Amino acid sequence: MTIGKNLTVAIMDPPYESATTATALRIIDAALRQAQVVTVFAYEGAVSMTMKAQQPHANPVKGTTVEQEEHPTTKDWIAGLFALARQTGAKLDWINCGLCVDERGAGETIDGPRRGSPKDFFEAVKLSDGVIVIPTH
Amino acid sequence: MARFVFVESRDPYECADCARFLDLVGGVRRRSHEVTLFLVQNAVLAAREGASHAGGYSDLARAGVAVVADAFALRERAVDRLASGIEPSGIDRLVSLALTPQTRVIWH
Repeated sequence: MTIGKNLTVAIMDPPYESATTATALRIIDAALRQAQVVTVFAYEGAVSMTMKAQQPHANPVKGTTVEQEEHPTTKDWIAGLFALARQTGAKLDWINCGLCVDERGAGETIDGPRRGSPKDFFEAVKLSDGVIVIPTH
Repeated sequence: MARFVFVESRDPYECADCARFLDLVGGVRRRSHEVTLFLVQNAVLAAREGASHAGGYSDLARAGVAVVADAFALRERAVDRLASGIEPSGIDRLVSLALTPQTRVIWH
């Protein structure tokens, strides 16, 4: 781990809509293995990634059950990132933009993320060694 | 001299302004800055050896841009052979680059 390094990542894509989501989560995973502090600012549709009520589903076309389909959910992936942070000793600060949360009714999240605002993103950037802003298409 | 990492996520077969993005990358390099072009997602489609749009990436490599393709994205898309000047790498390299002092990351 690179001691003392802070990385901020801003994401905007809603879950399941873009390959960018997987790339962003892979970046955050890699960052938790290198940096001491990783701040994620989830903006717009990305605030839905941590919704507690996400559920996997069966696939009637393929005839698979929920268990067989093993459909991943972004909330579980992000819970995994928090677990990784505990393992590596890094700090993961996942901030969902409050106004975006309110618009989308995405207030009930898994444990770990917190509500914030663009001001939190600005403050995190000021403290960061690196910043990656991942826009939507 | 500054450091820039340009991340290209789109492929030129689908996106008309990818060429303009590469122009930007080349322009920054011509100003003698240290430049990396990191290809992710469908941008790696044009990194395939023989691809009609691969020349843009190879030209940048010849101009001194470090052109890197996400190995995960390459495997997903069965891109086995890369055009000249492009090297595969893990996504951890993008994080390392972003954490390098005085580095700006621009994502397309």
